[in-house]
Amino acid sequence: MSMSRTIKVDALARVEGEGALTVTVRKGELKDVQFRIFEPPRFFEGFLRGRRYAEAPDITARICGICPVAYQMSSVHAMENAFGVTVDGPLRELRRLIYCGEWIESHALHVYMLHAPDFLGFEDAIRMAHKHPDAVKRGLRLKKAGNDIVTLLGGREIHPINVRVGGFYRVPAKREWMQLIEELKWAREAAVETVLWTGQFDFPDFEQDYEFVALRHPDEYPFNEGHIASNKGLDIEVRDFERHFEEEHVARSTALHAVRKTAGSGRQPYHVGPLARYALNFDKLSPLAQETAKAAGLRSVCNNPFQSIVVRSVETLYAVDEALRILENYEEPDRPYVPVTPRASTGYGASEAPRGLLYHRYEVDADGTILSACIVPPTAQNQKTVERDLWNFIPSRLDLSKEELTWQCEQAIRNYDPCISCSAHFLRLELRKS
Amino acid sequence: MMNAPLSAPTLIIGVGNRWRRDDGAGPAAAEALAALDLEGVRVLETGGGGADLLDLWQGATRVILIDAASGPPAGTVHRFDARQQHLPAALFGASSHAFGVAQTVELGRTLDCLPPCLTVYALAGRDFAHGEGLSPEAATAALALVAEIVQELGA
Repeated sequence: MSMSRTIKVDALARVEGEGALTVTVRKGELKDVQFRIFEPPRFFEGFLRGRRYAEAPDITARICGICPVAYQMSSVHAMENAFGVTVDGPLRELRRLIYCGEWIESHALHVYMLHAPDFLGFEDAIRMAHKHPDAVKRGLRLKKAGNDIVTLLGGREIHPINVRVGGFYRVPAKREWMQLIEELKWAREAAVETVLWTGQFDFPDFEQDYEFVALRHPDEYPFNEGHIASNKGLDIEVRDFERHFEEEHVARSTALHAVRKTAGSGRQPYHVGPLARYALNFDKLSPLAQETAKAAGLRSVCNNPFQSIVVRSVETLYAVDEALRILENYEEPDRPYVPVTPRASTGYGASEAPRGLLYHRYEVDADGTILSACIVPPTAQNQKTVERDLWNFIPSRLDLSKEELTWQCEQAIRNYDPCISCSAHFLRLELRKS
Repeated sequence: MMNAPLSAPTLIIGVGNRWRRDDGAGPAAAEALAALDLEGVRVLETGGGGADLLDLWQGATRVILIDAASGPPAGTVHRFDARQQHLPAALFGASSHAFGVAQTVELGRTLDCLPPCLTVYALAGRDFAHGEGLSPEAATAALALVAEIVQELGA
């Protein structure tokens, strides 16, 4: 190996958004890892100030083209929390349903189009499609089943507009679901195949000791509601999020890095997303999802981030299963939404975006004008954990060629399905060796 | 945005993010075309990520995509007959999503699910910062493109 070597890649492929990673190696030792996200100066939080409370779901839905429902759900729950409104019964079920749709489309996109090529040795899904056209077609059809749920309930194909504080502008009639139920029955089989397919991939031996953080609900796998819990003893109300977690400025980045504030060990990175939800809520998965996870070789906790592709597949199966349960039991609600009366208050909401916990806080005045907003997306929360993974992952791989090491670092980042477009665009990767 | 039945033979899709200035050139042009209410033409807007185009153009016989492009000079419009030509991925680098227009078209070609007629317009932008509104160059080019597409459709 030469004494001085620089590896530079212009863009990290197959990551939604933009950002940068720089790895520095000196004299055969890893010296620095910097995962940076070029976050804009809180554009959307500023944009929300002075807007009406009712605009929050549609404005925040624009933050991410892949997970608009998550932003809508966290915002409506925060507003309802501010105004003392509870949405239950069929409307609550429909909220779970539209979230199922988003998980299915987001997870299927990541599993098949962005992550599977890593494990099968293809540069991208286009090249994978030449060799495995049936698998890619299965992934696209599965993704479309999720799109169809969001379209029917969200009101249109892209950027759902039917979600409002208190419920929906319009709810579908039962007969509108019939064709979708048949397609979801196919999707359930396809999702089982997906779990078993990804379970056969080769994974590096890379178990990590994470603090997993996710919503936990007494009766269900979490989408919209629950306590914020961790595998290391945390169990708090959503409104207490900012007492236990903090976003700190990092000099090298315009982004904020989230950390968990602990009494004994200072500020620690933590892990949100499918692995965290799965570890904290395995017992709440449907029997089919649990059984299939075990058949694919997973235990009830998975500490290897490379196996996130299998866990994401299990969650896809759960979301299809849950969507079918909701649809088969669906009774049209008496009214599409619960009336809401604004009041001067602060509201807190958290939901489980496909990539992990998404926290919103709004301060609203008596006539419903937003005075301040705070949005903490999952990718920002995982940034420090991504860096820590790379610190642990790279040292035993320093003898790899620069191309191979670069690819493996990209793959390690893709484990988190980082939706960096939530905050910025394009990930550039630079590996400095000297 | 929708101005004709789902069975309309021509589908125009404006691709981009209106909240990233010139990345919204495609949606802006599409909105102007929708306002003309052209017979037999359906108009949609999408963020363009995640291979959604493969779903959106299903069943359409003629599809026109309008996307923002990176690279100078701003205001330049490139036209591609995507059934006959590969799309240069570098030109479409302005997409906020790694699986963008060029990759989706190439995936559609591989899986043999491109529409029978697919024209892609790429409009070079200058400013992709957060915010609303097009740069003067992109706005002027988008208007000219609307006129060109109307002429192409023989409307």
